[in-house]
Amino acid sequence: MSIVQIKDLDLYYGEFHALKNVSMNINEKSITAFIGPSGCGKSTLLRTLNRMNDMIDSVKISGAVSINGTNIYNPTVNVELLRKEIGMVFQQPNPFPKSIYENVAYGPKIHGIRNKKELDEIVENSLRGAALWDEVKDDLKKSAYGLSGGQQQRLCIARALAINPRILLMDEPTSALDPISTLKIEELIQELKEDYTIIIVTHNMQQAARVSDQTAFFLNGEVIEFSDTSMLFSNPSEKKTEDYITGRFG
Amino acid sequence: MKQLDAERQMRRRKRKNTIFHALFLSSTLFGVIALGMLLIQILSDGLGWLNWEFLTNNASRKAEKSGIKAAIAGTLWMMSITAPLSFIIGVSTAIYLEEYAKKNWFNRFIQTNIANLAGVPSIVYGLLGLTIFVRVFGFGKSVLAGSLTMTLLILPIIIVASQEAIKAIPVTQRNASFALGANRWQTIIRVVLPSALPGIMTGSILSFSRAVGETAPLIVVGAVAYITTLPSGVFDKFTVMPIQIYTWANLPQEEFHHVAAAGIIVLLFMLLSMNAIAIFLRNKYQKKN
Repeated sequence: MSIVQIKDLDLYYGEFHALKNVSMNINEKSITAFIGPSGCGKSTLLRTLNRMNDMIDSVKISGAVSINGTNIYNPTVNVELLRKEIGMVFQQPNPFPKSIYENVAYGPKIHGIRNKKELDEIVENSLRGAALWDEVKDDLKKSAYGLSGGQQQRLCIARALAINPRILLMDEPTSALDPISTLKIEELIQELKEDYTIIIVTHNMQQAARVSDQTAFFLNGEVIEFSDTSMLFSNPSEKKTEDYITGRFG
Repeated sequence: MKQLDAERQMRRRKRKNTIFHALFLSSTLFGVIALGMLLIQILSDGLGWLNWEFLTNNASRKAEKSGIKAAIAGTLWMMSITAPLSFIIGVSTAIYLEEYAKKNWFNRFIQTNIANLAGVPSIVYGLLGLTIFVRVFGFGKSVLAGSLTMTLLILPIIIVASQEAIKAIPVTQRNASFALGANRWQTIIRVVLPSALPGIMTGSILSFSRAVGETAPLIVVGAVAYITTLPSGVFDKFTVMPIQIYTWANLPQEEFHHVAAAGIIVLLFMLLSMNAIAIFLRNKYQKKN
């Protein structure tokens, strides 16, 4: 069953046509990778799914994006509640200059949870979910800035898990990390698939091949090909996809 | 031959470096030495006159009985209104301009004018205060009129400093907050302000010390130099430290120049303490992040 349905989506930044007639269905509890060269629209599409593009004044959108059967661009949709359903992890680890505990508790507090016991529980579960608990359980009061880059990124994943989302958006989550931290995050993504629908933008084709079930290849704002990852990498049906994954451009 | 040329070239470069090194050093020393001489002059003039009685006496016709109590009280009265008022209005304006205002011509117009207002001579604020607060609102030559005038004077500085502090918060942190479903107010109060506060405090304290040291607008608004009773309410007449010092320095008797120097020492002590607090705050929170 598909949890995200995108239909005839067009997006403009001012005059620039950034997404062209994109249609795509994304399955629940699967990992979908968006690949393609810089400026192809893959991050833009990701940010359309939790309406982070709302922040940019010049954006114009037409078409429909449905999550759980609701068109999220319907004017009656509450953006804050929508984002509670959709966690996001960014390219650069971006913890708040607060303690590890306060970073994870930020989301639940925003959404009105005040009970200390409940918060403690959420923080522990989220940190366990992000495979960080054992490393930080004695340092919860310490600043998140003392963690390594890889740990910070897993903290950001824990922070996103703490609002109990159904979908996790990841915008090149390992591009600022070393190979060992990257491997840890990739393993974590595999585990998270049990409970979450994951959409990951990546520049790294090997990463897409390693972690994802489905892959979409973007070029100049269009989805050139969207299919099972094994299919797309072993037997692409489009010439442009083949050129890209064999390294002929991009 | 070629090597000789290269050597000469190298020597010339070195000499140039030495010359400019000396030039910049002497520029730095010029300011430091001038300030040092001023301090020594004032300390030697005034230190002997600075004692407990000077701090607790009111103004007097006799130099040895003159004190700065009324002026200190006036300055404190004024700042107890000016500081909170300008801080609250200034920071609120900065938050509006940085976080809520759309980038349209109207807000750009406001922005430009705030920057311009920060450069308007203080005497102009004095005339404004005289017209509006003393005459139109009928506050008279009171603590309130002086405080409100000073608030107007330092408001643009606080706004600009607060805006800079808010701008320095990385957009990635705001995005993290929004992506978790926080609205704008939650993001401001939980992410933006805690990080921006040290910068806002530093800018505000520096502008408060500007208000403490400012003379011209208060002369226009009508702060009186010769006062024997302390203000007991916001509608009372008052004086402030720089005006008191100015008056003493203008008196013909030699003794009063020493009294003025003692007053300057007290004022400088107050200003330098405020600046020290600002620097302390900045260093303390810079290390944390």
